[in-house]
Amino acid sequence: METSLHATFWARKLEAFGRGWYKFSRNPLSIIGLIAVLLVSFLATFAPFVSPYPKHAGVFVNFAEASQPPSLRHLFGTDVFGRDILSRIFFGFRFSLMLGVVVLTLVVPPGVILGLTAGYFKGTWIDTVIMRITDIFVAVPPLILALAICSVLSPNIFNAMIAVSLMWWPWYTRLVYGLSSSLRNEFFVQAAEVTGASRLHILFKEILPNCLSPIFTKMSLDMGWVILIGASLSFVGLGVQPPKPGLGTMVADGRIYMPDQWWITVFPAFAIMLVVLGFNLLGDGLRDLFAVEEV
Amino acid sequence: MIAPLLEIKNLHVGFDIYGGHLKVLDGVTFAVGKGAKVGLVGETGCGKTTTMKSVMRILPIPPGKLTEGEIFFKERDLLRVNLKKVRGVKGKGISMIFQDPTAALNPVFTIGRQLMDVVKYSKGAGENQAKDTIRDRAINALKDVAMPDPERIMENYPIQLSGGMRQRVCIAMALVTGSELLIADEPTTSLDVTIQDQVLRLLGNLVEEKRNSTILITHSLGIVREWTDRVYVMYAGSMVEAAPTKGLFSNPLHPYTQGLMKAVPKLTGEGIAEGVPGRIPNYLNPPSGCRFHPRCPHVMRICEQERPPFFDGGNTHQVACFLYKE
Amino acid sequence: MTEEILTVKDLKKYFLTSRGTVKAVDGVTFSIKEGETLGLVGESGSGKSTVAYTLVGIYQPTAGKIVFKGQDISKDFSKRLKPLKKDIQIVFQDPGSSLNPRRSIKQILELPLKVHHISGNRGRMKQVVKLLEMVELPFDYQYKYPQAIGGGEKQMVAVARALATNPSFVVLDEPTSALDVSVQAKIINLLMQLQQRLNLTYLFITHDLSLMRNVATRVAIMYLGKMCEVACTSEFFQNPLHPYTQMLLSSIPVVSDEEEMLKPKKILSRGEIPSPVNVPPGCSFHRRCPEGMELCSQVDPGMVEVGEEHTVRCHLFQGAKIAASTSQGEE
Repeated sequence: METSLHATFWARKLEAFGRGWYKFSRNPLSIIGLIAVLLVSFLATFAPFVSPYPKHAGVFVNFAEASQPPSLRHLFGTDVFGRDILSRIFFGFRFSLMLGVVVLTLVVPPGVILGLTAGYFKGTWIDTVIMRITDIFVAVPPLILALAICSVLSPNIFNAMIAVSLMWWPWYTRLVYGLSSSLRNEFFVQAAEVTGASRLHILFKEILPNCLSPIFTKMSLDMGWVILIGASLSFVGLGVQPPKPGLGTMVADGRIYMPDQWWITVFPAFAIMLVVLGFNLLGDGLRDLFAVEEV
Repeated sequence: MIAPLLEIKNLHVGFDIYGGHLKVLDGVTFAVGKGAKVGLVGETGCGKTTTMKSVMRILPIPPGKLTEGEIFFKERDLLRVNLKKVRGVKGKGISMIFQDPTAALNPVFTIGRQLMDVVKYSKGAGENQAKDTIRDRAINALKDVAMPDPERIMENYPIQLSGGMRQRVCIAMALVTGSELLIADEPTTSLDVTIQDQVLRLLGNLVEEKRNSTILITHSLGIVREWTDRVYVMYAGSMVEAAPTKGLFSNPLHPYTQGLMKAVPKLTGEGIAEGVPGRIPNYLNPPSGCRFHPRCPHVMRICEQERPPFFDGGNTHQVACFLYKE
Repeated sequence: MTEEILTVKDLKKYFLTSRGTVKAVDGVTFSIKEGETLGLVGESGSGKSTVAYTLVGIYQPTAGKIVFKGQDISKDFSKRLKPLKKDIQIVFQDPGSSLNPRRSIKQILELPLKVHHISGNRGRMKQVVKLLEMVELPFDYQYKYPQAIGGGEKQMVAVARALATNPSFVVLDEPTSALDVSVQAKIINLLMQLQQRLNLTYLFITHDLSLMRNVATRVAIMYLGKMCEVACTSEFFQNPLHPYTQMLLSSIPVVSDEEEMLKPKKILSRGEIPSPVNVPPGCSFHRRCPEGMELCSQVDPGMVEVGEEHTVRCHLFQGAKIAASTSQGEE
């Protein structure tokens, strides 16, 4: 039931936003997720300005302050080179988010388009070709593929992104394939076909908007996963190379100093957890937000 | 005066949503006597399903809220009794047949399994009945609903049966519990007309035989006319008319009922009258006084100010309309 | 003398499934005159919706011919030309899923205008408002989304969408089955007015015979993919001949005694509709037919003409003249 009858554009947008916020905020965890993601994004974007020791993110050595436990001067302590861990974590967020954003940008459009097309043409050769190629990529174990690629090409964050992208796109294709193949039989799609709408219109304006909810939810959850995999690759030495402050790299560097200088590993690990958990909770909230409401 | 089997008194139910509070049920009053066949007629959104869900205590709370009123079943207030006891009352006293038999049956269990589960928890049965007795009772229940080849049906899955047969299974499940009150919520809407006729006839015969009370909820006036003794007409959250079936059809009193009768297409081919102009009210901000007044052709001043109570139209025919205030 | 706008000859549509061939439509022949409303009645499995979908091009016919305004259009939408898609439209049964929940009413109504290049950008906005006026909906409904409006209103939007391209022939597949009686009344009256004003031809599909009585000029009843009886409305209801027609008519619930008297004597309906994969041999209705004869289980009857434009497919009437298969009559 409509609560108001606006004709002005902005008033309607505002109402849509209010309604969306209402649905999203029913679950307090979603709000926590949103805050976590916003916090991390803020810190990553403004790292040079908000971190106490921005220079520590690059090449920097100060053995006088090495391996200091958390104190007022270094809230998360320092590592063996005397670098402030808190600052490095802020810069580390940059790599994490960048990895996530770049991978999803590379992966989602092709994955979705392939899924839409295969689903619409379900039963024809188009479907068979696309989905069998998808099956091949899905069959390869992701981390192993990443290791293989990174060892063939030089190990750096750029190649790590390629590796992760190559294994990620099929999941979007599969997700959208299922949705598209059932949506194409809906009456509203038939109505558009009977009227004579073009295939492009039907795929992108009729079917795709109904797939957005699972796609956005998956993207949010995937940010968490991609970051985690990136951290894993860095941990085994294939991602962010020292002295750059990748979160996984930091966890790896610090593990030999456990448990005495625990802060070198533990704080970066918590940072990873914060980012991943934040995106997961946000993803749940997005699912609620996009649910088509029934009157 | 024997107390009715089920009595709802002044029930108010609302829902909290974005934008405010939906005041759906606005003082529902309703009674079903022992062995009575009562029909509840109303259009989409009038609150009939909400009422029945409140009786069965399966209303989702939140966002639902029972703000006022009482529901008496066999003279016990269902609303004040705690949920555990209610389950006992429900299982053994009231059973429900839903609109969509496909959704009401679990697709991954056989009919036999589902039916026997119901028998196990039904009235007059201890938990430790012999397995044979349970199976026999289930098969008998299928025979009661005229299922061909009940033994084979026991091993079938719901998907192997047609819509009509699935609904008969649901009826069997509802009746095998031995409940005194059967609530059938649009039991034939999803069925073809010829099958609908069969299912309703079956239901009618069984009910006569076992002397249950039934509440038949539907939006079809034709069905109510053939299969009930007493009818309640519901509009926007309250009952507007209650009468013996014959009386309602020969002499509908409430303007809404009259409008509905006019809007039903007739076999005589006289065309379809517009019936009831306007739309159902917005429950966020319902009309003051009588909720039907904005659409009523005979609206008077008092209709906007006060909510009409039930007035007596003679012969247990009651109308909630100021036109009949003597 | 009105022209025939649509002729269907021996239409067949079979579906291949894992359980066998479903003969959804198995040899249906009929024609519709310009400006009239042909009512198509049937229960589930009758094939009435399949006929509708084949006419508008959602399905490709397996066999048979569809001739519209003199042209053979027996193909599906991917092979049909655009002007044809403008001329034949459909209103679907379930208002809930016939409008895309992610598109506003405005976008939904604009689509047919865009596809057929009717009016430029400005013109389109005005057209949308006109369409809404035509179905008596307020102009600001164009900004709403389908979930925000009721079932009846959704259906009116579906009607507006169907009429946006100014078609001559509209298929209405159970347009009011999911709606309440008072809403139905409003929509039916609207449809009748629009038919007069715009000179539309309707194929009106429903299982509700009382509704059919008030809407159709001629009625055809289908059972398991075949036509059983066709007649003009008053004849159909006053003199139903086919046993299935009589069974259907005697099962409908009515609201008054006078209607009760109009129903044929109570034929208690028995049996279930067989699955269209397992059509019994001979006449598909013989297992449930109270008048079944030996012949019925062996031979499928053909359509015979028993009166003025009244045809039946039943062995009880084999004595009557076999209907000539000219373009005027039905087979």
